Amino acid sequence: MSKTLYEKIWEAHAILEGDDGQTLLHVARHVAHDGSSHAFGFLQDRGLPVRRPDQVFATPDHGVSTMSHDVTAISDPEQRRVVELLTQNTKKFGIVHFALNDARQGIVHVVGPEQGITQPGMVLVCGDSHTSTHGALGALAFGLGASDILHVLATQATWQRRAKTMRITVEGKLAFGVTAKDVILAIIAKIGANGAAGHVIEYAGSTLRAMSIEQRLTVCNMSIEAGARAGMVAPDETTYAYLKGRPFAPKAAQWDKALAYWRTLPSDPGAVFDREVSLDASQLAPMVTWGNSPEDARPVTGNVPDPQAEQDPERRAYLLRTLDYMGLTPGMALTDIRVDQVFIGSCTNARLEDLRAASEIAKRGRAVIPALVVPGSTQVKLAAEAEGLDRIFRDAGFEWRESGCSMCVGMNGDLVGRGKRCASTSNRNFIGRQGKESRTHLLSPAMAAAAALTGRITDVRELGV
Amino acid sequence: MEPFAVLEGIAAPLDLSNVDTDQILPARYLRRPRKEGYQTFLFRDRRFREDGAEIPEFVLNQAPFRKARILVADRNFGGGSSREQAPWGLTDYGIRCVIAADFGDIFYFNSLKSGLLPVQLDIAACVALRSQLHTEPGATLRVDLPNQAVTGPDGATYPFKIDAFRKRCLLEGLDDIGLTLRHDSAITAFEQAYRRRFEWLFDYRR
Repeated sequence: MSKTLYEKIWEAHAILEGDDGQTLLHVARHVAHDGSSHAFGFLQDRGLPVRRPDQVFATPDHGVSTMSHDVTAISDPEQRRVVELLTQNTKKFGIVHFALNDARQGIVHVVGPEQGITQPGMVLVCGDSHTSTHGALGALAFGLGASDILHVLATQATWQRRAKTMRITVEGKLAFGVTAKDVILAIIAKIGANGAAGHVIEYAGSTLRAMSIEQRLTVCNMSIEAGARAGMVAPDETTYAYLKGRPFAPKAAQWDKALAYWRTLPSDPGAVFDREVSLDASQLAPMVTWGNSPEDARPVTGNVPDPQAEQDPERRAYLLRTLDYMGLTPGMALTDIRVDQVFIGSCTNARLEDLRAASEIAKRGRAVIPALVVPGSTQVKLAAEAEGLDRIFRDAGFEWRESGCSMCVGMNGDLVGRGKRCASTSNRNFIGRQGKESRTHLLSPAMAAAAALTGRITDVRELGV
Repeated sequence: MEPFAVLEGIAAPLDLSNVDTDQILPARYLRRPRKEGYQTFLFRDRRFREDGAEIPEFVLNQAPFRKARILVADRNFGGGSSREQAPWGLTDYGIRCVIAADFGDIFYFNSLKSGLLPVQLDIAACVALRSQLHTEPGATLRVDLPNQAVTGPDGATYPFKIDAFRKRCLLEGLDDIGLTLRHDSAITAFEQAYRRRFEWLFDYRR
């Protein structure tokens, strides 16, 4: 019987099946962050222990200051309290903690893969929707709310119903200037912001195979923006080469055992998916969003939609409302959109390759608007500095900060101003996401850097890099 | 969790698609203590201006809908983040049921855990119900969980689906940790076998 990657991982983690078809699924690893405070609080209210503290790994990211990694630099007392609570809770329960001052700190979805904590064939959960990121290594990784995280802390398991499977096959060589971010934005534009509801996506095809792990992480990261429960890529030689030698990756004889298991994981040739989607990546252009849903993505060569041209009244109302919020003129060229600030960061696009791509553009000019670069982890920051990327950014007038979630979620004080427009490498362009009345345009790191140099949405290919 | 059986109450129409969790509960309130309640943060930037004054156009600021127990929304309600604070905001406000054409996956399951019943009806049913609620503000809906049906102001009945296990938890106000721990011996046996099979996951240096 042919099986998909998802089915293989599912079966390896199914403890038992309830009488209504729900499965109690063992959780191999749980990664936690400062937002896990509610779940830890509930656990302690009930007097329950953490069942498997050796399989929980924590690092603060959401509320941390990007100005300094001294905890006292967190000016909001609520944010500081939960960062301190993470230190206390991890100490109390014996959980591995990469604290603010630890060189392994970072956004939990950057740190997991980087440290080798995330591995193929495991079920990994976190109290954050972008947990789908970890699927790039061939893990089944999904986000849960506080009550479900409480359940995982107490039982190292979660009740889940088997999802439907969707294979998205992306074929072709990416054109000059087109990145993993553009691929995933094009996918979301194609299937819709809830187009993968109830499904786990497996990304396949030559384009994905040619991608580095960092690029695959970007693709899987935004699976949740298509409504999927998880996104994953089957492990291959790229995956194994990436993992080998990472601090928490298996060593010596254990490596061989792990590798033998990992090699059994890719979907069997005859495996059947509930839904198949395909995309010709060779035809893609750099993408940018114009609206308040990640599905509102178009090629940068395109225009803002015109509500008058829309037949469906419900859709027309959405366009009118959205253009009003975004302060855009119907039908205007995307490249005529003036931008007030730039954010290069987040679990979507703040790894070393992202910063390299942005710096390649940054070195060609000077930022004419405020531009913030926030590395995804302290390790990324250190590696970038070793290559001199910080110097390139600073010389070009970009701000270079400490790692954290920063302006993607706006919980640490890094905010987009009222009515201001941000070209952002993050994952959500929701109303008010980056600050009250903020206007977000999602795009790739190189496109964000290009916008910083020109002060408007810019087709990075015009800069001839 | 407060049990849920049959709910008859005022329903408010929310004529917006893609109401994401950032709109339901903005990120700046997520670290508030659970015990203090989240009702004032619900739809914060849609309900209130910066100075705290109400925005009169928002449906929950209009007389009969202030007491809404049910929300009838549109497509893709609750997409986005995993913040359980979104359903907490709704239940703390007094809303125990949201009807929509489809839901964000994590929001859907968080709701069931928080005593909020998410009901998926087709888009035509959502539009029809909202239209009646606009015509007759303050009209009530009846949401019958045991029989899995919603009855509109005009008496039309719409069946809905829900997992039996989640339904039982909601009806009895159970949380699933106690139920899960009844399987402790199965979990322990599984963990021991898992550890033997995937021993490399347990062999690391901090």
